[in-house]
Amino acid sequence: MSARRIFAAPARLAAIAPYLWMVLFFLVPFGFVLKISLSQTAIAQPPYLPVFDLTQGFAAIKAALAALSLDNFRLLISDDLYVLSYLRSLVVAAVSTSILLVIGYPIAYGMARLPQRWQSVAMMLVIVPFWTSFLIRIYAWINILQHDGLLNKVLLALHLVSAPVVWLSTDSAMYLGIVYSYLPFMILPLYATLAKMDPALLEAAGDLGSSPRQAFWLVTVPLSLPGVAAGVLLCFIPIVGEFVIPDLLAGSSSMMIGQTLWLEFFTNKDWPVASAAAVLLLIMLLLPLSLYDRLQRRQLEDAR
Amino acid sequence: MADKLSKPEPGADAADIPLLRIEAVVKKFGAFRAVDRLSLDIRAGEFFALLGPSGCGKTTLLRMLAGFETPDEGRILLNGRDIAQVLPHQRPVNMMFQNYALFPHLSARDNIAFGLKRAGVPRSQINSRVAELVALVKLEGLEQRKPDQLSGGQKQRVALARALARRPQVLLLDEPLAALDKKLRESTQLELMELQRRLGTTFIIVTHDQEEAMTVASRIGVMDSGRLEQVATPRELYEAPHSRWIAEFVGDVNLFEGQVASREAGRLMISTKGAGEIFVTEPRQPITKTIVAVAIRPEKVKLSRRGPVSDAVNSHALNRLEGVVTDVGYLGGVTTYQVKLDTGAVLRSSMANTARLDMDAYHASQRVVAWFTPDDCVVLEQ
Repeated sequence: MSARRIFAAPARLAAIAPYLWMVLFFLVPFGFVLKISLSQTAIAQPPYLPVFDLTQGFAAIKAALAALSLDNFRLLISDDLYVLSYLRSLVVAAVSTSILLVIGYPIAYGMARLPQRWQSVAMMLVIVPFWTSFLIRIYAWINILQHDGLLNKVLLALHLVSAPVVWLSTDSAMYLGIVYSYLPFMILPLYATLAKMDPALLEAAGDLGSSPRQAFWLVTVPLSLPGVAAGVLLCFIPIVGEFVIPDLLAGSSSMMIGQTLWLEFFTNKDWPVASAAAVLLLIMLLLPLSLYDRLQRRQLEDAR
Repeated sequence: MADKLSKPEPGADAADIPLLRIEAVVKKFGAFRAVDRLSLDIRAGEFFALLGPSGCGKTTLLRMLAGFETPDEGRILLNGRDIAQVLPHQRPVNMMFQNYALFPHLSARDNIAFGLKRAGVPRSQINSRVAELVALVKLEGLEQRKPDQLSGGQKQRVALARALARRPQVLLLDEPLAALDKKLRESTQLELMELQRRLGTTFIIVTHDQEEAMTVASRIGVMDSGRLEQVATPRELYEAPHSRWIAEFVGDVNLFEGQVASREAGRLMISTKGAGEIFVTEPRQPITKTIVAVAIRPEKVKLSRRGPVSDAVNSHALNRLEGVVTDVGYLGGVTTYQVKLDTGAVLRSSMANTARLDMDAYHASQRVVAWFTPDDCVVLEQ
């Protein structure tokens, strides 16, 4: 009892710290963004109206509040440009995540079946690319994919193509870049669930009459579903908001929402519309985010 | 006519060929021989235990019977057919795994039905067979629970039912009770025996617990370093061990090394270093070596304050060793004593506490006579 009392106060402080962090660096900035999304654009500093001025008293704040409107959101859902951007983001995220799953699962499965000491080596190989800046790696891909880049040189040398192929500024290049960048996020949670699976379960399945292929579908796959869900969400959520990869590798014909947002913010200087786009993006991601959260919580409970 | 010639006599067939014949099987892991030219016959309907210390190769042998390991040499014949290279899912053999290996994503019912579904059994038959098995292992009402909602004893029952579902010709049990606490383990041992008797299925159990092996099995194969040291009934194993190693591995034993000094009237006199002269009944197999060991189980050694007085006992109690009690261990049902003999060696005795108020209890530093008959002794050559 007394021991609990001694530790109670510091323990409570430690529990508050992450909440404090979240409020300061997430909730407060999000409040700003939300407020701007309800404002009107203006040629001013800052470039929107109204501005809350706490020095002018209660009436002024009330007037500012009354000036807030949902106009920007109405614009977003009525204008094809934005609707298509959102749709394209979802499609790109869905397609990329599917490719990632198809490539990542066999890799994670292979890693989990390696002898113990080789597993850590394989894990290193997956993580090592992170030691190089993400941007530099994307620029390296530009180099490889360009007109006289490595890929075209190899293809020409092997006589697989007769003339250099245009890779850059295509959707293929973008998907390549996304899959390349996000692969570790798919592999690691999959590997984690597959590696902790008891190998005796597969033996039991075999003993009870399953061929290795049946045992894979009846035991390995269902038991790896938490890892699949974690990997899918871990990739899908950030890919929806991806900006750098489509901007550098994809063509300019259609944009993902991240690019549209950038355009509104930096080129058009329309902070309210950009903020509204960001808020809408967050609302769209609430469903997958809460799914991911529930999954994490369930795994924590299982581990207990 | 030609048919009759090509087919062997059915009667002779069943009598001569054991259900399972293991022939000179070798399994190597690198340079290590886990199982070393081991041969063993197991008859249909037996409850056979493979007993041995950890690392003796018993689990490897069991895994070869299940098909998870392939022998490097030798044959494994089931009903006369070599199954050494047959894949696990094509063998009429099932295994109950250590720690059970229940599928965590399936209910108890679906775990039990798993093997039946793979065999393509129609749904209605699966339902009735599962209900039968659930009743057999007394799991009524728990069918829909997932493994993590079951207690250790209940998981053990699901694992047993799952392994029995396909009516295997041989059921392999890998340390099936190791995860249970002592009380539950003892009651489960009895249930397992009852079940085996009722089903008539051949059971092969692997265990490192000699009491468990002796309780459940009709025959025990004791393994060490990949070889079978002795295959015998529990009683033979305990009362007539083949070697010093077996005598020491199975139960407690007093061992005295010595030389055969004389031989008369079916008795050997062995002069031992630690316990002087000991008379033993001459074994059926003639002794070929001069250096032997005498083994006496502690419960065969009786203590008394003076030499035994009754004439009937006197004529048998040829071995009387005097000494001082150094240690008394009261275990409830029995009390164990350590006696430091005047000749130097330490002798262990255990005596049943047959009366609640025991006037005959001995205490430390008390002088006693320890006595036993020549029939109580076993002469071991190795």
